[in-house]
Amino acid sequence: MARGFAQWGNDLYTGRRSYPIVQKRGLWFSIVALFSAASVLVLVFQGLNLGIDFRGGSEFTVSGASTTDEDVALDAVATVAPDEEPHISQVGANAVRVQVSELDNEQTDRVAEALADAYGVEVGEVTSNFIGPTWGQSVSMRALWGTVVFVVAAALFMAVYFRAWRMSVAAIVAMLADVLVSAGVYAVIGWEVTPSTIIGFLTILGFSLYDKMVVFDKVRENTATVTEQTRSTYAERANLAVNQTLVRSINTSVVALLPVAGILFVGGFLLGAGTLKDISLSLFIGIAAGALSSLFFATPLDVALREREPKIAEHTKKVMDLRAGLAAEGADESVLAAAASGSAQLVPGHHQGHTAQPRRRR
Amino acid sequence: MLLTILTILLPFGALLAGWQFDGKSDDNPGGASLAPGLALDLQGGTQIILKAVTSDGSEITPEAMEEAIGVIRQRVDANGVTEAEIASQGADQIVVEIPGEVDDETVALISQAAQMKFRPVLTIGNPLPTVQPSADPSASGDEADEKASDEKAGDDAAAGGDAAADKPTKKEIAEQEKAIEAATDPSDLAQITPSVQAAFDALDCTDPKNLEGGGGDRPDLLLVTCDATGAAKYILGPVEVDGTAISKASSGLKSGANGTITNEWAVQLELDGDGTDQFRETTSRLNTLESPRNQFAITLDGLVISAPSLSPGVVITDGRPEISGSFTQDSAATLANQLNFGSLPLTFEVQGQNQVSATLGTEQLQRGLFAGLIGLALVVVYSLFQYRTLGMLTVASLVVAAAMTYVVIALLSWGIGYRLSLPGVAGLIVAIGFTADSFIVYFERIRDELRDGRSLRLAVQRGWTRARRTIYAAKAVNLLSAVILYFMTVGGVRGFAFTLGLTTIIDVMVVIWFTHPVMELLAKVPFFRDGHKASGLSPDRIEVTPRYRGAGRISAPTAGAEGAPDLGTAEQDRELVTAQSVTPSPRIGEDGRRMTIAERRAAERKAAAEAAQNEENI
Repeated sequence: MARGFAQWGNDLYTGRRSYPIVQKRGLWFSIVALFSAASVLVLVFQGLNLGIDFRGGSEFTVSGASTTDEDVALDAVATVAPDEEPHISQVGANAVRVQVSELDNEQTDRVAEALADAYGVEVGEVTSNFIGPTWGQSVSMRALWGTVVFVVAAALFMAVYFRAWRMSVAAIVAMLADVLVSAGVYAVIGWEVTPSTIIGFLTILGFSLYDKMVVFDKVRENTATVTEQTRSTYAERANLAVNQTLVRSINTSVVALLPVAGILFVGGFLLGAGTLKDISLSLFIGIAAGALSSLFFATPLDVALREREPKIAEHTKKVMDLRAGLAAEGADESVLAAAASGSAQLVPGHHQGHTAQPRRRR
Repeated sequence: MLLTILTILLPFGALLAGWQFDGKSDDNPGGASLAPGLALDLQGGTQIILKAVTSDGSEITPEAMEEAIGVIRQRVDANGVTEAEIASQGADQIVVEIPGEVDDETVALISQAAQMKFRPVLTIGNPLPTVQPSADPSASGDEADEKASDEKAGDDAAAGGDAAADKPTKKEIAEQEKAIEAATDPSDLAQITPSVQAAFDALDCTDPKNLEGGGGDRPDLLLVTCDATGAAKYILGPVEVDGTAISKASSGLKSGANGTITNEWAVQLELDGDGTDQFRETTSRLNTLESPRNQFAITLDGLVISAPSLSPGVVITDGRPEISGSFTQDSAATLANQLNFGSLPLTFEVQGQNQVSATLGTEQLQRGLFAGLIGLALVVVYSLFQYRTLGMLTVASLVVAAAMTYVVIALLSWGIGYRLSLPGVAGLIVAIGFTADSFIVYFERIRDELRDGRSLRLAVQRGWTRARRTIYAAKAVNLLSAVILYFMTVGGVRGFAFTLGLTTIIDVMVVIWFTHPVMELLAKVPFFRDGHKASGLSPDRIEVTPRYRGAGRISAPTAGAEGAPDLGTAEQDRELVTAQSVTPSPRIGEDGRRMTIAERRAAERKAAAEAAQNEENI
């Protein structure tokens, strides 16, 4: 299998095996559009399940409880505040978290006592938090502003680095699509949105852009001199780049996903609610989406945008005309094959050193 | 190379030195420790989020926030709590994090507005107690401020000179109120009742506990208190002008009688309408009195921050007093700042109070680290599977990066008080992926170069220059995001951005200073150079195209004998027209040497002649 994978990598590099990723861009665009539309619909109609940091309220955590039965907590809260509809979740092996809307100080103490009684623990084992409704919001608003500034700065940086604003736009659009789809999936699963989730989404942003940077750098490398030759078009060169980075992308995604999967498993299934669970789910979806979109969405989008660039469009037309001309002239089959193999890796020759020069025979 | 090793070892050395010479202990909570400091969610404690509110709707300046933090820090420390973290968050929020549990009273104390008041000075004394602490509790301590701080001081009270301080009895307060009512003006010495005098005598201003302030002093009573620096103690009369009457305070060089600028620093005040009137009354009374009663004290949170005296015969009528004396530029600016803060009607609303249990955080941390270890083990297995022995270099680089990250975090928690929180830990685990990617990009580049037929040494060299560019560009974006998020956001997001930026920098350092040099060394080791099967660089894993090396020689893979790259058998989906494939296969003579054109032609002729002869024979 390893052998096969390595061979596959070799074939991808030389272009012997090539997946028409850029050529089939219509398909990828429609898939992304479908997912984005679905995400928007889910976000609008179902919405995110906002955590207590955004709603505001009081939160009690009972540690070392003898049972983690939820009804016990329901009854305990009902004795003090009958109108409350508490959210109860299990945290860790033997702790219970109870969230209610805001209570006053006296009620808070009484609920804490009731819970301690109900679960048979000391009052000291019940910790209480009270969170103002604006707290999570003000933190996320600042995070949002930070993100906006970061995206603008990153866009400028990429435009300068690649010397092509269309490339930068493609990367940013693809990244936003990643975050949108991740948010949609998060909404569908319905886990609570906490400040940790926000951090997770920011990581997605960073990772997604990072991944696009690596793939685009290969595209840049392959297409740097594209207009100086007439063998292959921009699209073909870009496609070759995607194919060549396929092995890297798979390796990186697997390596990045493995630790996150570890946290997700431990956090989500062994620990119950908490920072680790909130952060790992958004990360898992986001990293997977980010890696996929670098290959299947960002690069095709870049090609679609850049083919509108007059210089590139003119070059593409020239290459196509040449090929059509060759075919019309009824050129030799090998010449046609040579012309069509624009997706193959070309390695320019270079000086081999003086030892490579022919030697005089004695 | 030496420099490289030094750079990597430097943080380790620094941490060890810090640990040896400035070790963390109970007496030295800010000292270095081999374990990084843990944030509240992992350590347990109470987090209080305060929002500053101005009653008049004016803007809150960063200076005012800084001053407010200073005041809150003094109040928290008044409770004998060390290691409290107080930081501003955003424009108008202050987060106070105190390890351990906090009672409601402390919260109330913390969230109080800083109270600045002008009181007339009645007596000034030496900071040391003039009598030994009396055994009779009721004999001393009669003002609210002392009460507040002493209650919190709790069991340590025996150490202070105010050991016996207790709540003033109702009788004493009544007695005082009567004395004040009977007094002709707030400067009347008759206001000092025996109990006040006893408290004053017992007060020890060299004891740090009495220098922590606390606020809550009753404005209509006398105040027995210390100078904020502990240099003197005072009995002060009832409040005459409230701090909110100051509309502006600034520091500057004092202007002389005829408008010339002197070399002396001074603090200029501007009072509002009511303040001007009250101040005029006060000054017109004080300037007739003898020292020290011609002084008025400015108290902030119950401590005297300044007690200027009036120049003889001066009545300040315009509400623009100027305080001069032995100020330096800094001390004048500080006093002006404090006065400005006192003039801000700033109060704090408790926005959130969070009790964090350490057990829960610890459980999460343990499980999180466990998860990280599982993830790391999987990464190791995958790298070995993908890159064989070369995968060991990935693992080694990750270990170096992890060690450096750990040490830098420990150093930062010593140096700037960085605390590792749960989101921070999660960020570190996620960073494994980012870090490993640099190595993957690098290795894939080397493989690409090998596929082009270069020798390993050359492939490492060229692969590095190409991979480096990609790594720098991609990491630059990461760093950009980290820096922007760090400066623009607050709270947990900030901690996360910090971790992200830190790991990015360390990652780049490790790639340049560890992975690449080691790879260069490995390229000289025969095991890798000759492409052993388990090296991850073997020709059967990386298809090395035969490369024309000139003079009719081709660099074929050395291991070609067995496991040949079998160009022929690998299914060629289509004929490639590449630089390599058009290389003509040279003809090799019987002696293994490439034949010249003449020889080839001769051989062809010979073959043709032989063929003709054969035909004839048949």
